[in-house]
Amino acid sequence: MSDQAAAAVHAEGHNPALLHHFAEPEQQRDAASLGMWVFLATEVMFFGGLFCAYLIYRLKYFGDFGAASQTLNTALGAANTGVLICSSLTVVVAVWAAQTARRTLLITSLILTLILGFAFLGIKGIEYRDKFVEHHVPGPSFSFDSEPIPGHPGQFANPNHAQIYFALYFVMTGLHAVHMIIGIGIFVWLLALAWKGRLTPEYNTPVEIGGLYWHFVDIIWIYLFPLLYLIDKHK
Amino acid sequence: MATAVAQPVERENYLNKHYGALSWLFTTDHKRIALLYLGSITFFFFIGGFFALLIRLELLTPVGDLVQADTYNKLFTMHGMVMVFFFLIPSIPAVLGNFLVPLMIGAKDLAFPRVNLLSWYLYIIGGTIMLHCMLTGGVDTGWTFYTPFSTAYTNTKIVEAGIAIFIAGFSSILTGLNFVVTIHRMRAPGMTWSRLPLFIWAHYATSIVQLLGTPVIAITIVLVAAERLLHLGIFDPKLGGDPLLFQHLFWFYSHPAVYIMILPSMGVISEVIACYTRKRIFGYKFVALSSIGIAVLGFLVWAHHMFVAGISVYAALVFSLLSYAVGVPSAVKVFNWTATMYKGSIHYDAPMLYAFGFLGLFTIGGLTGLFLACLGVDPHVTDTYFVVAHFHYIMVGGAVMGYLGGMHFWWPKISGRLYPEGWAKLAALIVFIGFNLTFFPQFILGYVGMPRRYYQYPGEFQVLNVLSTAGATVLGIGYLLPMVYFLWSMRYGKPAPDNPWNAAGLEWQTQSPPTTFNFDEEPVVTWEAYNYEQLGDFPPEQEARGV
Repeated sequence: MSDQAAAAVHAEGHNPALLHHFAEPEQQRDAASLGMWVFLATEVMFFGGLFCAYLIYRLKYFGDFGAASQTLNTALGAANTGVLICSSLTVVVAVWAAQTARRTLLITSLILTLILGFAFLGIKGIEYRDKFVEHHVPGPSFSFDSEPIPGHPGQFANPNHAQIYFALYFVMTGLHAVHMIIGIGIFVWLLALAWKGRLTPEYNTPVEIGGLYWHFVDIIWIYLFPLLYLIDKHK
Repeated sequence: MATAVAQPVERENYLNKHYGALSWLFTTDHKRIALLYLGSITFFFFIGGFFALLIRLELLTPVGDLVQADTYNKLFTMHGMVMVFFFLIPSIPAVLGNFLVPLMIGAKDLAFPRVNLLSWYLYIIGGTIMLHCMLTGGVDTGWTFYTPFSTAYTNTKIVEAGIAIFIAGFSSILTGLNFVVTIHRMRAPGMTWSRLPLFIWAHYATSIVQLLGTPVIAITIVLVAAERLLHLGIFDPKLGGDPLLFQHLFWFYSHPAVYIMILPSMGVISEVIACYTRKRIFGYKFVALSSIGIAVLGFLVWAHHMFVAGISVYAALVFSLLSYAVGVPSAVKVFNWTATMYKGSIHYDAPMLYAFGFLGLFTIGGLTGLFLACLGVDPHVTDTYFVVAHFHYIMVGGAVMGYLGGMHFWWPKISGRLYPEGWAKLAALIVFIGFNLTFFPQFILGYVGMPRRYYQYPGEFQVLNVLSTAGATVLGIGYLLPMVYFLWSMRYGKPAPDNPWNAAGLEWQTQSPPTTFNFDEEPVVTWEAYNYEQLGDFPPEQEARGV
């Protein structure tokens, strides 16, 4: 997946000069930007299959999913949401800095984005570790005994159904984390370009479409957070 | 252009500009990448064909004598997986589309040449993993790898095959992405949407399906692999999972995938019919928009594969109705092609013979599709040879006929040589006869009750099975012939003029074979598509025909 994203960025950015098969820089820029939008449409479908599976099982095993979701650490999830929203701001600042030739600001905001990206992965790592400790990772060692179903005193969640919740939790957040890692790779490359002074007001397509990708990954998290962490908070 | 004779000294072109393996492996020229794809998909076509041969040989006799049940299960599974994911889906888009999309719209290359090369490498990586999977045991679930059999019971190489298909899927996505951006952003001045060749419209529609469908099968494969490795229960009813959800996700891609195969073929047929009847395609706009219509409707019919799987009758009712609706844009195309031929000046050259074959076989395949979309008939014929015959009429009778027709039509442009017309006509005839002999008996077999995917059958089905196997042999010869004379013509064929068929379209206005950047100067389009009334008649016999 990532390779494409990287390659889409790459195809455009490797040579700051106009590539031979384009008539003018504007055409080249339009093509790159449209390419990233189309790629993001495929990403929507990619995550869409998972959201569809989530929807089916959430309706089928409503209480079990609620019980399972209560074992997540909402504070850490909320912190990560804040981290990603801040990183979207630094990305926007980076794009603006590139367009207006503010090199120091560009490099600073790219580095800040990277720090926030690593912070997200670090917090996610702590959450994953907790799940391992609690035996909530699906598979042979999975255990989810006597967890009450919220709002239904005396009823307990079915471990098999809870396991489906955790399977979806790990696949969805894992896939999101893979996208974050790819995004970090793209931003390291952007940082190198910025360092060499290759991102100018005339040519800043890489930071623009790299930014599009980063925002998309943020938006996926904005949907994952309530669906996985908050579904039963009102009880 | 029609009068241009072949030069005594070969002009510089995309084939002779650079030499050596590295100049091919690191090329970003869309035409060279098309040829890389041509070689690789031909390789996989003959592997898939080899499995088909073994299947037909086993079915020659009612008893299981050639192979045992387990081997037979693997044979039809690997036949399906190789043919669907490594031949049919890349076939026309990755070969003819790659070669022609930039040429037809007057561009120097696709929008992202390096992404294009990456897509070929992904295909090769996926293909290599698939080969390894086949050589070390293969898969026995059928190409549909239904759960929970695939995730909890079979001990064959599901995860490896899944990885191969996952990677090949991203190769397909990248091709579609490149086409969409290229068609939007790289058209020559004057090449408006209403002047685009129908081949381009068909590829645009195909790309939409590739882009929106393929990611869903990719994520489904991820879930199947995770479930198999960790025993999660997402699709296993014993653990609370829902196998129907797998089927929904699988067919959400795999039904539209049929349109990835057939739409480009329809684009080829439009070009061929216009040229060999010397007429503008009747109802150009309707044919163009019907491609988009098929792509959109194609996403709304997937559950007709699940009528007997236990879905609700109301859902089945809606999906049945929508499946009928796909017949509308398909019929628009068939009627408009037929209307184009009416009072046309028809030339019975090999590409046109394939187009005729396509028309008849696609119509039969499409109409029997309506039988299967019908809630009353489907339970009777589902999972029988009727289904097998139906989808082979679409995929082989439709898609492969179009592919072969297109390969002949554009071979002079691709190779700079003419193919031997007499042999080509003979091959087209052999393919048509062999195809019908192979698959028509299967309609009858299915209707009288022979189920698919069994390696033995009652004695009364033998006559029809023998006919089918005989037909498959004829068909095999029909497929080998073009490969032989295409290779022959690369060395011994008569050099092709720039526009041997006096055809419309920008690809015929540049030299054969084209230079690396396609056009010496950027073309400016001032005419409508298929301006055959201005081009006059087909060139006289001797001038255009090889040998």
